[in-house]
Amino acid sequence: MNNLATSADLGADNKSSTFDIVQKSLAKRRSAERRFKAYGLTGIMLGLMFLLVLFISIIGKGYTAFVQTQVQLDIYFDAEWLDPEHGGDDSLAKADYNGLIKKSLSTAFPEVMERRDKRDLYAMVSSGAGFLLREMVIADKSLLGKTVPVWLPADDDIDMLMKGHIDREQVQANRRVNDKQLAWIDSLSQEARIEKHFNALFFIAGDSREPEMAGIRGALMGSLMTLVGTFLLSFPIGVATAVYMEEFAPINKFTDFIEVNINNLAAVPSIVFGLLGLAMFINFFGLPRSTPVIGCLVLTLMTLPTIIIAGRASLKSVPPSIREAALGMGASKLQTITHHVLPLAMPGMMTGSIIGMARALGETAPLLMIGMVAFIVDVPTSFTQPSTVLPVQIYLWADSPERAFVERTSAAIMVLLFFLISMNGLAVYLRRRYERRW
Amino acid sequence: MSPSILLIILLILAYAGFYAGKRRAVACVEGKVKILHSLPGFYGFYVSLWSVIPALLVTLIWLIAEPAWITHAVTAQLPEEMINLPPERLNLVLNDVRNVVNGSTLATQTDSVILDAAGHYQSLQSLSHWLLVFVAMGLSLACMWISCQRIHQHYRARNAVEKAVTGGMVICSTIAIFTTVGIVSSVAYESFLFFQSVPVFDFLFGLEWSPQTAMRSDQVGSSGAFGAIPLFTGTLLVSFIAMLVAVPIGLMSAIYLSEFAGPTFRASAKPTLEILAGIPTVVYGFFAALTVAPFIRETGESMGLSVSSESALAAGLVMGVMIIPFVSSLSDDVINAVPQSLRDGAYALGATQAETIKQIIFPAALPGIVGSILLAVSRAIGETMILVMAAGLSANLTFNPFEAVTTVTVQIVTLLVGDQEFDSPKTLAAFALGLVLFVVTLMLNVLALYIVRKYREQYE
Repeated sequence: MNNLATSADLGADNKSSTFDIVQKSLAKRRSAERRFKAYGLTGIMLGLMFLLVLFISIIGKGYTAFVQTQVQLDIYFDAEWLDPEHGGDDSLAKADYNGLIKKSLSTAFPEVMERRDKRDLYAMVSSGAGFLLREMVIADKSLLGKTVPVWLPADDDIDMLMKGHIDREQVQANRRVNDKQLAWIDSLSQEARIEKHFNALFFIAGDSREPEMAGIRGALMGSLMTLVGTFLLSFPIGVATAVYMEEFAPINKFTDFIEVNINNLAAVPSIVFGLLGLAMFINFFGLPRSTPVIGCLVLTLMTLPTIIIAGRASLKSVPPSIREAALGMGASKLQTITHHVLPLAMPGMMTGSIIGMARALGETAPLLMIGMVAFIVDVPTSFTQPSTVLPVQIYLWADSPERAFVERTSAAIMVLLFFLISMNGLAVYLRRRYERRW
Repeated sequence: MSPSILLIILLILAYAGFYAGKRRAVACVEGKVKILHSLPGFYGFYVSLWSVIPALLVTLIWLIAEPAWITHAVTAQLPEEMINLPPERLNLVLNDVRNVVNGSTLATQTDSVILDAAGHYQSLQSLSHWLLVFVAMGLSLACMWISCQRIHQHYRARNAVEKAVTGGMVICSTIAIFTTVGIVSSVAYESFLFFQSVPVFDFLFGLEWSPQTAMRSDQVGSSGAFGAIPLFTGTLLVSFIAMLVAVPIGLMSAIYLSEFAGPTFRASAKPTLEILAGIPTVVYGFFAALTVAPFIRETGESMGLSVSSESALAAGLVMGVMIIPFVSSLSDDVINAVPQSLRDGAYALGATQAETIKQIIFPAALPGIVGSILLAVSRAIGETMILVMAAGLSANLTFNPFEAVTTVTVQIVTLLVGDQEFDSPKTLAAFALGLVLFVVTLMLNVLALYIVRKYREQYE
């Protein structure tokens, strides 16, 4: 540290030795230099390593969720069983489809007679499989009276066993799949009637308590609606504010106050916006809880500062000569801005708002406050229906005790990250494609 | 007739108004557009704005006032003995009526009085909607006609339109003020209610936190203690751990990126590092709870330490990773803002690059770096999801990073998620915590911005 100073002091006393002193300390100084550089590189490498570990851990846990163990059963769509009174669609919708599965399992394993064994046998197929059969029958009534081989999702424990998350060698008492079920699985897999297939349900189903029936479609729709609403509200307001603050606002106390407010709001923790939504929008204005409407209001207020700050920066980067030329040609101030400045600043504004939207897409805490954590099975279709969003769905699944939800949570995270990365990629593309330097 | 259809009608009318205005302007100068004061489009916009804005305002006020008015009318029609019910019971009845109207309860399960009232409600509602459509369309057409009449050759339509647009922009920019006012007033109001039942001093300096208030006086284990010190220490502990991770790594990365790295390395490493800031916090929370926490627990146990499965260390470490890019990119900006002449001067005196950084650049950039660290601290204090998922719920007053602690944000979430009534100190406590959080982060931000701004002036 003090090499420079000491060498200079000594140099004053004895001029001939300065060179020697510098020479002597040089090796030490150079190694200090190398050490310092190595610290810096270590810092970056640590950061990148964390990123890598995060991605590897998520992908490693989640990629198996894109396949699902399915069991092939010969289902006899017994018209007498499903619709004994010939009531048509109504009674077909209410019929006992799980009974069909049980019958089919009993036929496949006729040796199982005891009550408890039968229960274990039936438990191998997902308890939600009946709904799938119902949908099949309602879509195609010609199935009635026929025997058709159908692939049905296996129970999540069987799925975990097939994916190797349950140890076969463990003592039966500590294992969620018992010895008899293991034997049945083995006999099924010899006949190639138990296989891992692409998990389409994960993308087309809503939430469910059964991991094998749970999907992200409801959460995706909720996220989409919330995001579209947020964009429609925050982009025009953000652009208008940025234009006013940058182009029109006189320098006075009032505009200073607005500016201070915007800058502070940008750094307010997101959960505080949730409190605002709860106290103002739900309690005071009485808007419906858990709905995308209120979600997009809260997220709009949260993302506005980001959009405004980005918008102002990109307006600032438009050179004044363009404004002056337009004004000189007789354009009014508003014409100058709408015809010349805004089109030039638009790519930067879009980039800023896409980044703001990406943040809104990943936001969870304020949405917990306004009740978007409800367990919702149906896929929402309107802005005033209760719904949830993808990050909140991840939070809910992460809380679930079933082992199978761990991989589904990771898979949902992969989907979320995919959207975030594509949005950020779009922002980078826009910046590269349209960025201009004057 | 739903309000969204009315909106579409109004938009069509606005479009019609545009053409009406434009045609009228062209007609009143017999096609000689050049002698008009403004371009014909401005006359169109002028009429269009007139035909839509007053009607929209009326619709808005109508829709806000409508439920109260209908409820009042329906209440007046209820049987005598129901009107004389205490207000809470009457509200329950009215809720039933609304549920029937919205179709959320089956009509067959409710008694006839409520069904009648619901029918009344529905008829009033549809009457009101039809009336609204009538009034709004009438107003729109009337305004369109009047504004069309005002158009003549010298009418300054452009000035009028630009005034309206500027007014709209001013309204948009005041939303930031309203948001702040909304946050402060809602949080402060609920906190005020809270401090009526729990003294401020007990809240800020109490050592015990157990927000379950007793429903009955003989209930055990629900003392209803609202001392927030354990939450504050928990928040500080986790933030401190996070800063221990983020500050050295972030700062060293920033120094390397801005001083040593070549342009290609910088161009790829900086955005990659910034991905860390773009990952949703819920993902970090999952990572902390399922990967880092078990790892720390196993490592700790293999060394003979007792580590809680929801340790402050796991949450803090992961939060630190999340904050690295904040520290690094803000410090990077600050370091880049140090003028090149200072570096050149140091090099000319024979200093190595590391010496220049340590003795010249770092001191020059220090205020900015402190500012960026303060911003990162405020970020850490307000962080929620990582802690909700990876830190515990038990309010331990401890500085041991291996134990579970709870934080302000975690308590806000746990107190407010789920159904709640707004009269218990338990839910109101969340708003008091929110107030503390808001004030603390605001102060940190103001301080940080002040430091950064003051520093920047030195070289400009």
